[in-house]
This record gives sequence, structure tokens and C-alpha cells, in this order.
Amino acid sequence: MAMTAVWLKIDEETVVQALQHAGERLGSVEDEVVVDFSSVRRIDPSGLRVMEEFVGIADGKDVTIVLRGVSIDVYKVLKLMKLAPRFVFSN
Amino acid sequence: MQERMQVPHTEECLSNERIAYLDGLVSQARTAAVVFTQFTQEDVDRIVKSMVLAGLGQSQHLARLAVEETKLGVMEDKVIKNMVATEFAYNYIKDKRTVGIIREFPERNLVEMAEPIGVIFAITPITNPTSTVLFKCIMAIKTRNALIFSPHPSAWRCSSEAVKIMYESALKHGAPEGVFSCLDSHTLQDNAYLMRHKDIGLIDATGGPGAVKAAYSSGKPALGVGPGNTPVYLEKTADLNTAVVDIIVSKTFDNGTICASEQTVVIDDEIYDLVLEKFAELGAHICNEQEAELLAGTVIDPLTGYMQPMAVGQKATDIARLVGLSVKPNTKLLIAQVFGVGLEHPLSVEKLFPVLSVFRAKSVDEALRVCVDVNHAGGLGHTAVIFSRNDEVIRKFSEIMNAGRIIVNSPGSVGAVGGVYNDLVPTFSFGCGTGGGNSTTDNVNIYHYLNVKRVARRTQAHMWFRVPNQIYFNMNAVENVRQFPSCSTIIVTNPALEHLGHVDLVRRYIPEGTHVHVSVIPDAEPDVSTVMQGVETLNFYKADQIIALGGGSVIDAAKIMKLKYESPGADLEELATPFLDLRKRVIQYPTERIARVRLIAISTTSGTGSEVTPFAVLTNKDRGRKVTLADYSLSPDVAIVDPQFVMSMPRGLTADTGIDCLTHALEAGVSSYASAYTDANAMQAIRLVFKYLPFAYEHPHDEEARCMMHNAACIAAMAFSNASVGVNHALAHAFGARFGVAHGRANALMLPHVIAYNAAVPNKFLPSPYQKGYIAHKKYATVADLLGLGGHSIEEKVQNLVAATEKLLDQLDFPRSIADLGISREEFKRAMPDLTRLAFDDPSWLSNPRMPMMSELADLFWKAYQGRGMAVVACASQQQTV
Repeated sequence: MAMTAVWLKIDEETVVQALQHAGERLGSVEDEVVVDFSSVRRIDPSGLRVMEEFVGIADGKDVTIVLRGVSIDVYKVLKLMKLAPRFVFSN
Repeated sequence: MQERMQVPHTEECLSNERIAYLDGLVSQARTAAVVFTQFTQEDVDRIVKSMVLAGLGQSQHLARLAVEETKLGVMEDKVIKNMVATEFAYNYIKDKRTVGIIREFPERNLVEMAEPIGVIFAITPITNPTSTVLFKCIMAIKTRNALIFSPHPSAWRCSSEAVKIMYESALKHGAPEGVFSCLDSHTLQDNAYLMRHKDIGLIDATGGPGAVKAAYSSGKPALGVGPGNTPVYLEKTADLNTAVVDIIVSKTFDNGTICASEQTVVIDDEIYDLVLEKFAELGAHICNEQEAELLAGTVIDPLTGYMQPMAVGQKATDIARLVGLSVKPNTKLLIAQVFGVGLEHPLSVEKLFPVLSVFRAKSVDEALRVCVDVNHAGGLGHTAVIFSRNDEVIRKFSEIMNAGRIIVNSPGSVGAVGGVYNDLVPTFSFGCGTGGGNSTTDNVNIYHYLNVKRVARRTQAHMWFRVPNQIYFNMNAVENVRQFPSCSTIIVTNPALEHLGHVDLVRRYIPEGTHVHVSVIPDAEPDVSTVMQGVETLNFYKADQIIALGGGSVIDAAKIMKLKYESPGADLEELATPFLDLRKRVIQYPTERIARVRLIAISTTSGTGSEVTPFAVLTNKDRGRKVTLADYSLSPDVAIVDPQFVMSMPRGLTADTGIDCLTHALEAGVSSYASAYTDANAMQAIRLVFKYLPFAYEHPHDEEARCMMHNAACIAAMAFSNASVGVNHALAHAFGARFGVAHGRANALMLPHVIAYNAAVPNKFLPSPYQKGYIAHKKYATVADLLGLGGHSIEEKVQNLVAATEKLLDQLDFPRSIADLGISREEFKRAMPDLTRLAFDDPSWLSNPRMPMMSELADLFWKAYQGRGMAVVACASQQQTV
């Protein structure tokens, strides 16, 4: 089966909206969603909430979420929130 | 304030809805704390400033709320408390770094970095409800932590209002949402649940002993700061006017609700009446005996011995009314005399209201004793106050008080808060140390809200190269003796050398007019009695110069004689205490000397190098053991390396001492203390030994060979004086002592095997801050290159070095195995446990590049037993080339 991937670039100012939008698109994706975090330096509580929801939806659909270009500060936040194991990280 | 709080295991007492509510608070705070980790110092400082301004702006509003709700204290004083909690706290923290690098110690290669704690659960008191909240909020934001508050139930409204003001300001200026929250009500079950919650990082409990105990019993890291009982010593030299005003200021501040405020004032007899007069003049009511009894019966619970809550934070006049005392309307303070401390003297306990007990002390001793009693009656670790101009009394008081804060000549409560009357760190939480069951005696501040990470970079410890500053060498170097003036010179030597005419040769160069005495000592390793006889001689002749003429034993004896002559109190056994690092040794050599004597060492063998080393071996026959003394103060002042004294050395001694010299150089070369300085000497000595030792052995009268070997011994000694030796010496010492084999010969038996051993990958590395990586095999390869032994890989080169060493030993007619000495396998096997133990106990291996295991020492002994062919090289990195 051919792999289907969706590539989404996230802007720091619009993390919440972009992830909500990505969550809506998960239904049409079979394998993998690549979310480009290279422009996100900092994530706020609302962004974290949406990310938790996002991985919840992805888990239900057996979709792998790849976070690309995550800064070490954001990575530490995901680690502290125990969200890190639920993503695949790529540079 | 005394407040009882147990920690029930109460999760089953909480409804599911309540647990969900508490979990929600923690989850929200945790998210905020996590998000907060991304904030910079600038972000944090901006938010803190906005909060401080908001707190200052609302200080009156909050003070009014607090008094209205709690019915405690003085509104105007609470305004000041709120301002101190914001303005003074800000003044202290504004320039402090709490994000990233917070402190640097470049001279120690050490950096401290901040790591936030996460979620802090804060319990706040009824007595200082809003100021404590303001203070904790500011500390939390400054350190990027989230706070969940559990205010005292009787101060919930004002406390939660303070939280709200802080939160709104913080949020407005960019703090993460959820960073502060406040329980919607207060129950012990809630507190117990939160204290044990997995996502709470720290509990900061300010309150009564129950709250503090509960915090510390939770199993979580906790800051619990509780009650006090502040003793005050008003000593006769004090400025009484200042003291009386300060005590009134402090004890009436917010109606005495600060737990650092004065409780019992111990007054010297001479000034007692005058002091009470001054108190009365300034608005205190001095209770008579009856009034004091009534007061005690009313404000102190007779059953528990604690203060009655109804009195806490009340005005003096209201308390007087409660008791039924008739006092003037402007009375500020009620003062009652106590005659001791403890349950039978109810007013000697903590009283968070304007009631002060006083004690009339007949002497300084009695005053101090009563202060100690008060300190131990509920005030351990908290605060103590003294008014005095006598520094000795202040020092003694400070010494005997167990108090985190000892306030001198200023008010206790406002003084302890810090920043007003002194330079203590401003706080609203007083750490009481272990005396108060707390983890700190500090004024709790931002640094208690941080995990401090220490980034420790490798430090390059300084090294040294120390040798006598005058070394004269080559033929006729002995003539230099004439340049050292002396009134009284003792020549220490042995009978053989005197017989050879060497003493006369030396005497020839001693300046005329010098009184010379020759002290002949036995030709053996020096023992204590030999040394002490020598010291007697030195004393008798009032010597100012020793010339040690001989081999290692004579020179070692002279070194110890000099030590004992100059410092008669030196304990030789104690000075021989082993050490790991010269700079950190426990036992220091004496620096105070009652005499000064110059030591000139003239060596008559070419091996030990004792003429330049800081070592001396001493035998204690009574105790049946040898000790090695090591200190640069033992190094001779002058070394004379004149080959004419070794021209007649027997061939066997030439070989033994020559191999001792080679072992010194090879071990110094691979030592973990080796440096470029010692390497230069070690390499040169190795080159000279390989070139000249066989020739000196075959042609004992060859002047050049003798001269070069004599120099080689001294040069090798300069290397190992500073880099030390290694496992070869440890093995040789053990084997030589057990089987009576000469030191050089014992070294020779071990040498090829030790080279192969050190060149291999160690089973255990020895910590060595001076070396980068394992380099022993490379250094052996460098030696091989220096000697032109050939080889392409490191392993080949080391193997060639082993072969060259074996060839040299053959040339010198050494026995090539322990078996060749006639020691049977069975005898050697029986000796093995002792040998390995002795070798392992020997400090020589401490600088060996490879840490020897006991089994490895046994293996090396067995290889030496079998001898030739057993030194097989398997290098640490076989493919490398130098």
C-alpha cells in the first residue's frame, strides 16, 4: 500500500488554529502527518491542549505524527508534559 | 500560630468530584509550569515588576480585607507588611538571575544554572495572610514556577483576593494561564491529597506546627516554617532608650502577629527597674503579680500550655478588657514578670499578641541560661534578639542560641523580616533549621524555589616541578662545597665510605675555620635510634650544615635528622600518614623551626637519586615496620653529583642501582602525574641508562660511563620526585621485603612484565585529572622511538622496548626469573597472599596509569616467577601509530 503523508507547516502565532485544522484532516490521511515546527520557538498552554487533542485523534486513527524541526525548548515542554513518546521527531 | 493539622490518608474521604477538581488544579498548574520553562529572564522580570506594582497599588485594600476578615492585627501595619512583601522583596530580587546561568565561578570552572521546580503547593497563615501570598507569588514568577494556594480558612477571602490580584497582573504581562490558583475552600483532606500529589514538586508551608509537620510528613520536598519563641537579652551596657522603643515597635507591630516578635525579655538586675519605668513611660502597662496571674490564666490555655487563639493579634487594651485589667486607654503593651520558663510559667511561651514577659536576671550567666530555656521552649531555630554594647556578650549569646536569625540592637519581628533594620534577605517565611523541624535556617527566598544545577567543567589542577635549586654535577663537582660558609658542619656517612677516603676528600673543600664533626652511621636503612643519635650530635655541635655523603640510606638518615633537629616536635609516624594528593594531605609537615641547617647531599651510588628527592625511608625496629616520609621540605638544599664517588662502585651494585634508575624513569614516564617537565627528565634518563649502563657495568673505571650514569640517576630522580613511580615499585617493595632481595634486583625481575601490563587496555582505569585518555602504551612507544628500537605499530614498538629491556638485564647478568633465585614454586605460592596484600598496600601504585587489581598483582608476580617470555604485549590500541 502506498504511504500517504500530509505536510503541515506551523506558524508560532497560529499553533492552535493550524493544529485544529490538521486534526480535522486526519480523517483523510492513512499513514503519516508531518508537522513542521521549525518556526515555533515557544508553545503556550492552549497550544499544548490542542496538541493533546491532536495526538488523541491520531491514536484513534492509527496515524503517525512526525514533528519536524522541533526546537529543544519545545521538545523539553513536550517531554515534561509526557507527550514526547507520542510523536516521531525528525530534523 | 499554633494550628493542629494531621495528614490523614484521606483519598477515600474525598469525593470523586473533589478529586477531579484538585487534579484539574494541579494539571492546569503543571501545564503553566511546563510552558514557563520556555520563558527568558527578561520575560520573567517584566512580569515580576508588573506584579510588584499591582501589589503595591493594592496594599491598603488587601490590608483592610485581612483585618476585616481575620479580626487580627493592625490595618496600618498590614499595609507596611504588604509593601515590604512587594517593594523590599523586589529590591532584593530585581537584579538576581533566576533563568539560565545564575552564577559563575570562573576561577573554579563552575557555573550554576537554574531549573524550575514546577508546581509548588503553598499553605499560607492567618497572621500574615496577604503579605505572605504576595511574597510567594513574586518568588514563584521570578523562578518560573506555578503555585497552588491553600490559605488559612479564616483568611481565605483576603488571601484569594491577593492571589487574584497577582494572577491578573501576571497574566496581563504574559505569564502562562493557570500559573496561580487558590483552593475554593480549605479542608485538611484537600491539603493531604495535594501534599502527596505526584505532580506537586514542593510544599511551602507557612503556619503552625501542624501544617509544617504535615508538609514534612508528606514525603515531598518541603519548606515548612513554623512558630517561634523569641528570647531577648537586654544587657546592662545596651542603649536602653533604643532598646525599649525597638521592643515596643516590634512587639506591637501588627499586634504581635509576626512569629519573630519578642516573647520574653531577660533584663539584667542593675537596669531592670529603669527599663520597666521606660516601658511604662512609653505606654506599657506593667502588671502586678495578681494581674500577671490573671493574664496568664486568660491568654494561655492551661491544658495545652499554648496561647489562646482569641488573643492572637488583638490590641493590648482589648486583651486587658478580656482579662479584666484596668489599664490606660493608650496602653500599647502588657508586661508581666515571669520567674522561670516552662509549663509552670505560662507566659514564657510564644504569644502572638502584645503581651511581653520579663525576667530579672542576677547575672550574665543567669540571663543567658534563661534565654536558652526560652529558646528551647518552642523557639528552636527561629529568632533571638540581644541588646548590648558588649561584643563578647553578643558573641556568647549568638553562640548559645539555636536561632536562624540573631537580631542585634534592633527589633525582632521587623528585623527578622529583613531589609529594614539589617541586610537579611527579605522574607515572610523564617526557616528554623532542624531545631524547628525545618530543612533550612534561611530567610526563605527565591533560591529555595529553584533547583540549582552546577555545571562543573574539568579543571586542570596546577602541577609542579620541584627540585633542589642548586645541583652541581660532573667530575670534581664536590669542590663546590667550599662556597657554603658554615660554623659547624656535621658529615653524615657510613664506615665504608670513610674507609675509602671519601670523607677526607669532602673535608678538603670545607672552608677553613669551620668546625667539622664526622658522624658515622651503620650501612643500613636508617632507624629511629640512628636518627635520634644524629639529632643529638647536631644539637651538641649546634650544627648549621649537614653534609650527607653516601647512598640512599645515608642521605635519607640526614634528611630525617634535619627535620627533627629543626622541628623537634615532628611526629615521624604521623608524618608518614599516607595521602592521595600532596595538596590535600591531612598531615602537614612543620613549618615552624627552632633551628636552620643546610643539607648538602653527595651521592655515592647511581640509582636512588636521594640527593634530589623529597622522600626518606625510615625503619622503626620497635614496631617492626618501615615508613616512607614524603614532603618537599625533606629535599636537600644542595645536591652534588660527582662521579668520582662512584668510580669504585662494585659491578653488582652498579647493575642494581642502574636498573633502579631505569625503573624510576620508566615509571615516571607513564605515571598519571607525568608532565612535560617530568617527561623531559624521564626520557633523557632512559636514553642515558640504555646507552651507558652496560658500559659502566663492563668498564667500571670508564669515567664518561660513570658520569653519565650518575647524572642519569639524578635526572630520573628529578622526574619521579614530581611524577612518582608505579606498580613496579609496589611489587618490588613487597617481593624485596618478603624474600630479602635487593631493591634494584627486585625491580629488574618485574620490569618487562610491568611494561607489558601497563601497555594493555586496563581492566580498571585509575581516575586521573592530569591525563587525557589512556596513553601509557603510546609513551612506551615514544621511548622505543627515542631508543631507535624500530617498529611500525605501537604494539611492535612496545614489544621492542620489552625486548630491549630484557636484553639489558641479560647484559647485566641479572637472574631472569624469581625461580632462578632458588625460590621454590611451593614457597612462592605460600607467600602469594602476603605479597599481593603488601603490594596493594604500597602507595607507589597510586600514580600508576593502570589501577592494579589484587588478581593482577598475583598474575604479575607469577609472570616474574616464570620470567623470560611471559611479558607479552597486547596494546591498548593496536592499530595506532605514534
